Amino acid sequence: MTVIAPMSSTGATQAENAVACAEVTVRFITARGAVTALDKVSVIVPRGSFLTLLGPSGCGKSTLLRVMADLIKATSGSMTVFGDRPSVARRNREIGFVFQDPALLPWRTALENVMLPLEVGGGVARQGHRSARDLLAMVGLAGWEDAFPHELSGGMRQRVAIARALVTGPRLLLMDEPFGALDEITRDRLNEELLDVWASTGVTIVFVTHSIYEAAFLGQQVLLLAARPGRVRELVPVDLPSPRRVALRETPEFVALAGHLRRVLETC
Amino acid sequence: MAAPSTAPMNAVFASDDAAMAGFLANQKRLRWRKRLLPAIAVVGIFAIWSIAVTALHVKPFIAPSPWAVVDVFRDRLDIMLTNLVPTMIEALLGFTLGNFLAICVATAFVTRKMVEEAFFPIAVMVNTIPIVATAPILVLLLGNGIAPKVAISAIICFFPTLVNMTRGLRDVNQQALELMRVLSASEAEVFFKLRVKNALPYLFSALRITASTSVIGAIVGEWIGSNIGIGALIIQATYNFDSALLYASVVMGSCFSVVFFTIISYVESRTIKWNVVATT
Repeated sequence: MTVIAPMSSTGATQAENAVACAEVTVRFITARGAVTALDKVSVIVPRGSFLTLLGPSGCGKSTLLRVMADLIKATSGSMTVFGDRPSVARRNREIGFVFQDPALLPWRTALENVMLPLEVGGGVARQGHRSARDLLAMVGLAGWEDAFPHELSGGMRQRVAIARALVTGPRLLLMDEPFGALDEITRDRLNEELLDVWASTGVTIVFVTHSIYEAAFLGQQVLLLAARPGRVRELVPVDLPSPRRVALRETPEFVALAGHLRRVLETC
Repeated sequence: MAAPSTAPMNAVFASDDAAMAGFLANQKRLRWRKRLLPAIAVVGIFAIWSIAVTALHVKPFIAPSPWAVVDVFRDRLDIMLTNLVPTMIEALLGFTLGNFLAICVATAFVTRKMVEEAFFPIAVMVNTIPIVATAPILVLLLGNGIAPKVAISAIICFFPTLVNMTRGLRDVNQQALELMRVLSASEAEVFFKLRVKNALPYLFSALRITASTSVIGAIVGEWIGSNIGIGALIIQATYNFDSALLYASVVMGSCFSVVFFTIISYVESRTIKWNVVATT
């Protein structure tokens, strides 16, 4: 495994924004005709910030995340990640991705799953990355290094997936409804833990969810998307104190914010 | 495994020694029942067979009594073993060759879709031809030696492994594939780190099937133009109305299949340590 230094000659490190997305349109051609998944979506994600994408199903929030990760190409518009094309950011190990399905390899132990990113794609990690063991401990799985995925609960598997996404030391963490399949209590706990991870690593997070409470609790900003075609409805700033704990959701400020998000969502 | 966070779970279970003892005794009883019942069934079938042959005055050349079959194993074991060895070699070679080719073709199918579109229909067509029809063709082509038997055995092994291996290499978790793309993994890395491992359980279920079919292939091959092997022994015993030898040959072939199957199952249990059902 080799470690590459952050590049200083390119514009990557000078850029103020982690993600800059200008008029991004994504169209798919299917057997039933053309579908516009995203229609001229523009958004700026400042470095070190936490943005949640909220919207009804079919609003293209997962598609937007996949354009950032270079899993889908934009049909038109411009998308830059740390001042460069997403494909460059991907190859430079700037991006970590957590899916709804933890997608752990069942034949690998928790530790081996976390180490997978270091074994493929040239085995490069960015400078300042943390060891797989440290990351497992950070997500509360010290002592579980040698457990296989089938021995872990759903919440523990998703914790392993988060550690795996962070092992190359990315500066941008993209999360696609990572806690969507978990029960409420586990989801609340993981939401708190994710905020701790965010605070301790300084990573920029873009988080897709269809839960109003999750979007409001986690994000510094909530980007509301409307469906068919997917377009920006409103960018809502979240002025809630940090560090946030689940009890925050009972405060009048939070209730008012959630109410606002709900009313906007109903018109999406 | 000894999990730190599962320890408090013990508090959930109140201790009830009498109920626990009853539970364990019941488990033990069920385990013994599972072992004893098949043994009793086998003994029962032998008894009925033995009584039926004597009571109905069945001629020895129509069907032997079980004791006559046992006698063959005692008195003519050397003949049985001399004939088992070539069948074993043919089956093992056919198994190895057929499965090796199937794995190679499955790899080609998965890495180049066009190869599958071109050749899969042919593979299906060849598979629909009964092996007893293919066998004479191969004997004409390859002569009277070991070659046609190995070829027949290989052909019969080829298709199950091809289908299973192709599925195993292809049916990988879609999000794991996306993850590999985010990680900029090369095609080779995706293949070896993801597809091959994913295919192993599928491959082993094919290997277990082909462990028995490879023996069938070798025996069918020996029916046509061979004077040694279990298949040849079956044909000779039939023509000589030596029903005891015929039955003994069948039992011999079957025992070899079972041993082969068991070995593959053992290797599988040592190779695949993850829980396939829980994670797919």
